[in-house]
Amino acid sequence: MIEGILIGLSTALSLTNILMVMVGCFAGTIIGMLPGLGPMTAIALMIPITYGFDPSTGLILMAGVYYGAVFGGSTSSILLNAPGIPGTVATAFDGYPMAQQGKAGKALAIAAYSSFAGGTISAIFLLVAAPSLSKVSLAFRSPDYFALMILGLTAISAFSSKGQFLKAMMMVVLGLMLATVGQDSLSDITRFTFNNMNLTDGISFVLIVMATFAMSEALTIIFRGKDPNRAAKQISLTELGSIKVNKEETIKMAKTIPRSSILGFLIGVLPGAGATIASFLAYGMERNYVNEEEKQKFGKGSVHGLSAPETANNAACSGSFVPLLTLGIPGSGTTAVMLGALLGFGIQPGPRLYQTNPEIFWSVIMSMYIGMVVLLILNLPLIPYIARILAVPRNYLIPLILFFSVTGIYLMSFNNFDIFLMIGIALVATFLRLYDFPMPPLILAFVLGGLMEETLRRSLLISDGSPNFLWDRPITLIILLVTITIVGWQIISTFRKKN
Amino acid sequence: MRISPTKFISLLFLVLSVFYLYTAYNIQVFAFDENAPFNARTFPIYLGWAGIILSSLKIILPEKVTTKVNHKHLDYKSIIYLIIISLIYAAVILKIGYFISTSLFLFASYYFLGERKWGLMFILSFPFVAAFMYLLHGLLNIYLRDPFLKFIGVMG
Repeated sequence: MIEGILIGLSTALSLTNILMVMVGCFAGTIIGMLPGLGPMTAIALMIPITYGFDPSTGLILMAGVYYGAVFGGSTSSILLNAPGIPGTVATAFDGYPMAQQGKAGKALAIAAYSSFAGGTISAIFLLVAAPSLSKVSLAFRSPDYFALMILGLTAISAFSSKGQFLKAMMMVVLGLMLATVGQDSLSDITRFTFNNMNLTDGISFVLIVMATFAMSEALTIIFRGKDPNRAAKQISLTELGSIKVNKEETIKMAKTIPRSSILGFLIGVLPGAGATIASFLAYGMERNYVNEEEKQKFGKGSVHGLSAPETANNAACSGSFVPLLTLGIPGSGTTAVMLGALLGFGIQPGPRLYQTNPEIFWSVIMSMYIGMVVLLILNLPLIPYIARILAVPRNYLIPLILFFSVTGIYLMSFNNFDIFLMIGIALVATFLRLYDFPMPPLILAFVLGGLMEETLRRSLLISDGSPNFLWDRPITLIILLVTITIVGWQIISTFRKKN
Repeated sequence: MRISPTKFISLLFLVLSVFYLYTAYNIQVFAFDENAPFNARTFPIYLGWAGIILSSLKIILPEKVTTKVNHKHLDYKSIIYLIIISLIYAAVILKIGYFISTSLFLFASYYFLGERKWGLMFILSFPFVAAFMYLLHGLLNIYLRDPFLKFIGVMG
C-alpha cells in the first residue's frame, strides 16, 4: 500500500497536476456559485476538456472541480440562502443567519476550515480503509436504506421544528407528495400531472429549493419590510469581510469536526443521497451533543450548526469515492458522471483497479487531499471580497436574488411553466414561513422521496407485501428504534412543556 | 368561533391530502400490477393517509405555541408589485428572449422597490445581464436560448 501511496503522491505532485488542481478548484468555485449549476454540471463541463489529457491528470482536474463546486455551493447558501445542491441545504440553516448578523466573512471562513478538516480526515480514512469499507457499503440492503431515510426525515423534523414537531412532519409529507409528481420510476405511469406535459418529468430539485429558500427569503424580506423589529441593521464592511475566528469558536469547531467527519464519511460510503443525508444527520447529531445554551443558538447562527454539515458534506464527498473506486458503483449523480469520465479514459473501476492501475487509484485519492489544501489557500484570501455581496443595498440585492433563482430554472428547462410554478411555490412557502412551518424538512423529503419509494418497493416486493422487512434485519431494527426514540422524545418534551 | 391561522393552514393541508389520496386511488396501473404488493399507487396512498392523520392531529390538538403575525407590519403593496413583475417576466421570457426580458425585469424591480439612481440601475440591469450571458454562453459554453439576439446576429 505504501508503494501505491508514493506512486500516487509523485503523480499528484507533478507540476502539471498541481496546476490542474488549482484550475479545477477555481473553476469549480465559480461554477458552483452560479444558479442551478452544481458539481455534477461542473464535472460534466470538464469532460470534453480532459479528453486529450493523461487519465490521472484528467481525474485530478475533475476532483479539483468537484471540491471547488461544493465550496461554491456553500458560498451561495451562506450569503444568499440559495443552496444550489441538496448537500449544502443544511449549511444555510446557520450560515445564512450568521451572514445576516454581519459575520458573512466569518461564516465563509468557518465553512472553509470545516470543509478542509472534514475532507482531510476523510481522505485519510479513504487512504487507509477504502477496500475494506466497500464491504460495509455492500452490507446495506433496501430495508436498511428505507429505515435510514425515515430516521433522517424524523431527525430533521425534530431539530428544525422549534417545538412544533407536527408542523415539521406535515412539511415532510408535503415534500414527499411533491416528489411523487411525474413518471413512476419503474412502471413509467404518470402521476399527479393532470395531463400537463411539463410535469411528466417531475418537479426539479433546483426549482423547489430556489422557490422555498432563495425566492421565498427575498419575498419575506420585502414582506416584512415595515416590521420595526426587522429593520435593516447597519453592517460594517470590515466586520462583514473579517475571516478571523476567535479561540472560543475554534474550540467549538475542534469539537464538532471529528465526529461530523466520521459520520459524514460513513454515510458517504453508502450509495444513495450520501452528502445530503450526511449533512442533515450531522446537524441533528451536533444539536444533541451540545449543551442547552448552545442548542438554543441552532438556526440563529451557531458555529456548531454551521461547522457540522459543512464537515460532513465534504467528508461524504470523499466517502462517495469508495464505492466508485473499489466496486465501480457510483453512489451519487456526481460520481456517476465521474464513472462516465473514467470509462471514457478506458478505465474500468472495480476491485481490480488498484492492482491494474495503481497510479490512477492512488493519485485520485492523493489529489483529493491536495485539492483541499489548494481550495483553502485559494479561497481564504477571496472571502472578504465575496462576503461584500451582502453589503449591496436591499433594493438591488432582492431583484438580483430573484434573477438568480429564475435563471437557475430557465437554464435547466428553457420553458416558462417552471418559472410560473416556482413563483407559485415561493408564494405558498412565504406564507408558510410566516406561520413557522419549517422548510428544511420539505426539502429533505423532496430529495429523498424517489429513493424512499424505490427502497420501499424493493423491500415490500422481497417480503411479498409483508411489513416483516422492518424488523427482519438487525441494522433496520436498530435504525428504526433510534427513530422511535426521537419521536418518543418529542412527545415527552411536548408534555413536559405543557406542564 | 375564530380559527387560528395555523389551524386554518392545517385545514387546507387536510383538504389537499384528501384530494391527493382520491387522486392516488385513481392512478391507472397495469392490469398485471393491480394486485402486486407494490405498484405506482402504493406510496402515494400511504402519503395521503399520513397527510390526513397529521393535519387532523394538528387541528384537533390544542395549540401549545401560537405564531402571531402583525399584519400592519406586512408590506403587501411591494410584494404584489414584485409578483406581478415576475409573472410578466415569466410570460415574455420565451418570446422576447433572455437578455431583454431579464434586463427589463431587473430595471423594473429596482424601480418598484424605490430605487431612483438611474445610472446604477441601468448598469445593474443591461450590462450586468450581458456580462452574465457572456460568462455562461461565451466562456462556459452553456446554451441560452435568445431569439432576439439571434435575430440581430449577436448569438448563433
